[in-house]
Amino acid sequence: MQDEPKPEELVRAVADFLRHELAPVVSGHAAFRLRVSINALDLVTRQLQLTDASDRAEAARLSPLVGAEGSLGERNRRFAERIASGAVGLNTPGVAEHLWQTTLEKLAVDQPNYASYRREIETE
Amino acid sequence: MQALLERSVASWYPGATGVGGAVRLSGGASQETWSFDILHPNGPIGAILRRAPQGVGAAPGRAAGLDTEAVLMRSAHAAGVPSPSVLRVLQPEDGLGTGFIMARVEGETIPRKILRDAPFAAVRPHLARQIGGILAAIHGMPLAQLPVLRPMTPAKEIAELDRDYRSSDLPRPVFELALRWLRDHDPGPAARATLVHGDFRHGNFIIGSDGIRAVLDWELAHSGDPMEDLGWVCVNSWRFGEIDKPVGGFGTREELFAGYAAAGGQLDAKRVTFWEVMGTLRWGVMCCGMMQRFRAGPEHEIERGMIGRRASETEIDLLRLLAPRRT
Repeated sequence: MQDEPKPEELVRAVADFLRHELAPVVSGHAAFRLRVSINALDLVTRQLQLTDASDRAEAARLSPLVGAEGSLGERNRRFAERIASGAVGLNTPGVAEHLWQTTLEKLAVDQPNYASYRREIETE
Repeated sequence: MQALLERSVASWYPGATGVGGAVRLSGGASQETWSFDILHPNGPIGAILRRAPQGVGAAPGRAAGLDTEAVLMRSAHAAGVPSPSVLRVLQPEDGLGTGFIMARVEGETIPRKILRDAPFAAVRPHLARQIGGILAAIHGMPLAQLPVLRPMTPAKEIAELDRDYRSSDLPRPVFELALRWLRDHDPGPAARATLVHGDFRHGNFIIGSDGIRAVLDWELAHSGDPMEDLGWVCVNSWRFGEIDKPVGGFGTREELFAGYAAAGGQLDAKRVTFWEVMGTLRWGVMCCGMMQRFRAGPEHEIERGMIGRRASETEIDLLRLLAPRRT
């Protein structure tokens, strides 16, 4: 077990430093890259906070669809192959719900301000 | 660069006394865009150079090539499509590589400014219809008078996306679902193949307070189903947050279709929907490609890595199209 602060706390502190102290004094192309870098650190912070729970939930949802063997990555590979072959599809119970839930969990990390995502969670 | 441009311009622009203000705008390793002024006793003429400095060969497989792009822009201009006039197709004696020089069109290309800033407020409601009219003009250009273009069909496009997606070897169940849907709903080749712009979307228009002044980036032009352009311009990624206005965040499909039909275009709304799904997947696969370039490239450009993480945006949009949670 590692000591604290936790990775997400440190990454967030770095992002806040760049955002509040460095961004106001940087200009031109470097300012653009700095903004992208801050966005990347914010994404990492969200992933560190959310991914344990969402990975566990995703693996649990996949078990009835493709079996409980293997890692999450291996289950996803089997699931992708079964969709490609037509063995499972939107008419298979649980598939649409699983795809929606998994996609919402990705957007919560990748792009929580994306308009389609905001619309879907606001109307939930 | 200044000296090269001056030597070239002096050889073909009558009365030119020099070149000023050359600045590089953008471009990767294979292509560059430069802005400069041609100096002339009657006043400066704004110009844009698009070139591949090392000649051909560096362009990706789908690209039509800069020479073809120049010919298409000239033909489009002649057909009434808002398009910058091409001043010069580069020759070996220009010493600038391959490419062309065109007139610089003043206006805005940045989507978020066009969708939010006051100078465009009055024209925004008219743009969806104008887009329809422009597309009808593009699709009406006689193929026989154009350079030979890559022929595309829905089946070929599906196969290319499938191959590009699988090359990353990262399974994506939503992409699999979309590929399956596309194969199940393939409408077959268009009854009448036309010129297809191939990247006709918000972000590739120069817009002023009077509307669309120029359509840019003919790099992905090909022949095929004209409905592809109508579907691509509706892809959610090009609405820039205005998700209830399918046509570039400007307006409705009905306005787009009305403008298209009024200018003589033949509509097939079902095919438009098919191509919107294809286009959404296409942008998603392109995002994944950026991720691969991020990993493989020596520069590890953070921008590319972050575009890779935008593939999930297209997954939620694909689900909204194929498995909507409410009707």
